[in-house]
Amino acid sequence: MGTILFLIFFPMIIALILLVAKADKLRDVIVKIAALAMAAVSIVVAVQYFKSGGDTFAVHVEAINYIMMVIEALLALYIIIVGIKHKKYLASLFAVIQTPLLMWFELSHGHHIEVGYNMYVDRLSVIMILIIGIVGGLITVYALGYMKDFQHHHAGESDRRPWFFFVMFLFLGAMVGLVTSNNMIWMYFFWEITSLSSFWLIGYTKTEEATNNAFRALIMNLGGGLGFAIGIVILGMVFGTLELSSMLQIGTVYGDLVAIPAAFFAFAGITKAAQMPFNSWLLGAMVAPTPTSALLHSSTMVKAGVFMIIKLAPVLGMSNFAGIMTMMVGGITFLMASFAAISQSNAKRVLAYSTIANLGLIVTCGGIGTPEAVWAGVMLIIFHAVTKSLLFLCVGTAEHNIGSRDIEDMDGLFVRMPRLAGFMMVGIAGMFLAPFGMLISKWAAMTAFVDSGNIILVGIICFGSAVTAFYWIKWMGKLSAIVAGEKNIEQNVHKEETFVHTTLVILTVVVCLIFPLISAFMLVPYLEGVFGGLTSVVLSSGNMIIMVIMVAVIVLLTGIFFGKSKKKIVPIYLAGANMGDNLTYQGSMGKEVRFSLRNWHMEHYFGEKKMNLIGGIASTVMLIMGIGIMVGTLVSLLGGVA
Amino acid sequence: MSYIAKSPWVIHYDGSSCNGCDIEVLACLTPMYDVERFGIINTGNPKHADVFLLTGAVNEQNKDVIKQIYEQMPEPKVVVAVGICACSGGVFKDCYNILGGSDTVVPVDVYVPGCAARPEAIIDGVVKGLGVLQEKRDKMAKGGNK
Amino acid sequence: MIIKTVISIIAYLILAPIVGGLLAGLDRKFSAKMQRRVGPPVLQPFYDVFKLFEKEDQTVTKVQDFYVLIFVVFVIVSGAIFFGGGDMLLVIFTLTLASAFLIIAAYSSNSPYAEIGAERELLQMMAYEPMVLMTVIGFYMCCGSFAVKDVLAGTSMPFLPMIGLFIGFLFILTIKFRKSPFDLSMSHHAHQELVKGLTTEFSGKTLGWIEVSHWYENVFLLGFVFLFFANGTVWGTVIGVVVALLTYFFEVVIDNSFARMKWQFAFKSAWIVALVFGVINIFVLYVII
Repeated sequence: MGTILFLIFFPMIIALILLVAKADKLRDVIVKIAALAMAAVSIVVAVQYFKSGGDTFAVHVEAINYIMMVIEALLALYIIIVGIKHKKYLASLFAVIQTPLLMWFELSHGHHIEVGYNMYVDRLSVIMILIIGIVGGLITVYALGYMKDFQHHHAGESDRRPWFFFVMFLFLGAMVGLVTSNNMIWMYFFWEITSLSSFWLIGYTKTEEATNNAFRALIMNLGGGLGFAIGIVILGMVFGTLELSSMLQIGTVYGDLVAIPAAFFAFAGITKAAQMPFNSWLLGAMVAPTPTSALLHSSTMVKAGVFMIIKLAPVLGMSNFAGIMTMMVGGITFLMASFAAISQSNAKRVLAYSTIANLGLIVTCGGIGTPEAVWAGVMLIIFHAVTKSLLFLCVGTAEHNIGSRDIEDMDGLFVRMPRLAGFMMVGIAGMFLAPFGMLISKWAAMTAFVDSGNIILVGIICFGSAVTAFYWIKWMGKLSAIVAGEKNIEQNVHKEETFVHTTLVILTVVVCLIFPLISAFMLVPYLEGVFGGLTSVVLSSGNMIIMVIMVAVIVLLTGIFFGKSKKKIVPIYLAGANMGDNLTYQGSMGKEVRFSLRNWHMEHYFGEKKMNLIGGIASTVMLIMGIGIMVGTLVSLLGGVA
Repeated sequence: MSYIAKSPWVIHYDGSSCNGCDIEVLACLTPMYDVERFGIINTGNPKHADVFLLTGAVNEQNKDVIKQIYEQMPEPKVVVAVGICACSGGVFKDCYNILGGSDTVVPVDVYVPGCAARPEAIIDGVVKGLGVLQEKRDKMAKGGNK
Repeated sequence: MIIKTVISIIAYLILAPIVGGLLAGLDRKFSAKMQRRVGPPVLQPFYDVFKLFEKEDQTVTKVQDFYVLIFVVFVIVSGAIFFGGGDMLLVIFTLTLASAFLIIAAYSSNSPYAEIGAERELLQMMAYEPMVLMTVIGFYMCCGSFAVKDVLAGTSMPFLPMIGLFIGFLFILTIKFRKSPFDLSMSHHAHQELVKGLTTEFSGKTLGWIEVSHWYENVFLLGFVFLFFANGTVWGTVIGVVVALLTYFFEVVIDNSFARMKWQFAFKSAWIVALVFGVINIFVLYVII
């Protein structure tokens, strides 16, 4: 209990300190210590609840509810004011609707509802806490060096880094709160804080584009928040409870009824996880400094959305429309976002689309709601958090050193920044290649999709994985190219950045090596607790062993043979007209011509606009259908009661 | 026994010529002459090739290209000059832009005369070249053992 | 059981290159006959590979050989998992890993011809992957397991319920065998518009190994064809082997009857075939099982 509260309040206190600590050196020290403390305590949490697998806490302090309500009201007031100030009336409108709605509910009905346990911790929360504590902490350390460069590049502007770090730590604290709240009103409170934090982080640069994109994120997430609030009201009024655990409990008997609030909660999760048609906010978030993107994509924000859906998984499934809506939205998003990623050459946008696609896969797994699917979903969360943060942080460093975040400009990064390119390649391999992380979960997901009996999803994952391989390999190819005449510029990288990269690379490989243990000691017991046992083994131990051996073989071969070739080096073939430097050839009339190589983006087939339009329409149809059917059921239900 | 003589892969370069020999080289690949009987394949890539078939004379424009293609072929390798122009410059010998036969830029192992060289003669030339190839391979193997 | 597995893996490691090489030789002989030529000796592919091993070592970058090494190792591993009775999805994923490294090897040379070859290879991968995955899923639905050994032990022949998947698989085999009309990224025939595409910058031993792993790959792809007919009886085995061989020579006939198509055609047709034959067949499997 104490450790959990520490993980919620400690980052918030650090956040406040960082707000006033303006000296660079002081900030460096505080952030590093805080990150270390958070990582350490999250490991302590893991050890503490390893045996028992979790606990529930009553935390009956009436004052907390009122404090939360006051803060919520203040935040709503803030949103209304900035909304009006920037003429984003939709944001104000959402705030005007949802906060009074919830306050009315709390004061009139919520008050009488008995809440047994306000907080809990189980193995899933522990996994989330580890991700938030370790990966999130690493990102804050990385941000130290990155933001120095950033400030350097934007020299004319006022130094608002204290604010930046304040929001980052606030975010981490709120995330821990979110994954340990059992009382849905508490969860909603943390949910809104993360929405607002991401609004601040995205709008950090205060350019017009940043402000617009920040508001887009805020509006979409407030829309999701509205769904959340409605879900709470339905849960409280119809089912007479506010607890997540009792909601899932009721779901085992009255699955069809619980699906009604679950659909609204899933809707909130879908907006936060940036599923189509709401994916544009996450793409817009790319204007922010890279640590923000890394934080939003890997350990916080979007992970809150999928956490919600994974939590709801037991009441979703093929049997009700909440489940079908969720899995279809996820599936459509996975396919369309993977397609769109092909057409992108901006590295951050490729990463963004890949995040959206992977979240789609997790959402689909949650929607299917079988233990095997949830296994795949949680594994995806773990691997994705580690590899995606690694990739974002690598792209951030590359951008500051080569002056571009375009993949086409990363030509021959292997020569210019060998270490960084190597890290990136590990990250990319981790995203899609056997025997590395993501593939394992994709494999399990594929099996779960087939078993779910949803034929459309089977088609989607087959085409989606083929496309995923396409856009990752072409990026890897660009990195690996050995371009003659380039200089090594690696020495300019901040040592904090290199430290974080190295740690994340080690984490990626370690997670790939120990995933059978994570499965056996964390996931399987968790699933047994939630679903009352696994119906089948997700991956046979033989296959797991083969995968682990493969990882080991690759690491070993790389260590022994990489770059050790003693063969004679000859120039490349340029139809006999190579000028000898591997870069130019002798053209007609003796003219020297320099060639350059560019990748395919297949705009004609996979243009971003087209994919977003198709995906947006298809998923909106699914959402309207799902929510509509749920509202219809609710109305007929209430009519029946009356 | 070495396998080099059983699988000679060819690269073919046409220099400053009337294209007569060029056409005859390609004629060797047709079903009529079928050089694949000897395992000969026209690779079009110096890095895969063992035999360099040169037709036409060498001029200022193509001398570097010929040299580079030759250099990019891994050892052991032979050069077969096909047709009189490749052998000596032929009728173009005294033109202002012509340097002479192939042997002005690369060491030639087999000369196949003719204008144009007949396919039978070309095949005969390549097969002769195989003997040279075998010798070079033996020498290489010995050099490797030292 | 373990001994049996080990024996079949060892048998695969030794026999696959021999069978693959012989098939390649027969392929060339057969093509020659179709063109009314005499053609090379049946053992010609072996001569070619042995010759490549005798050539001088050279490379364009220091890292290229490493990528090719990973490619060769994992092509062989994927076949070994297949013949060891392992998980078919794992086989496909391992093969993807191997192919990815071959493509990266070509990219690493930064040579225009090799890079265009690599990009076309990548496109081909995207074109055939959905169909391969659906074939494997079809086996799972038909036999209740992804493991090759369980499919072999099954009592009913998966061919009839999976006939659509079989046709689709045949279609993408043309891409996998690098046959016309889909020999876009590299070709075994006379030189083409991309010189030698993907393999332009490989020579000597490296090229030899790529050729050998291609034989390994062909053999276990034919193994997939065999699986369609396996039902645990002698007749199933005989039919399976015969059809696998017929399939190979059917592809050779296709190879000799078509010109090379554009990548657009390869991509579109492969996906349409996957959608029509693959998805519909899987849907039918759901209905009947």
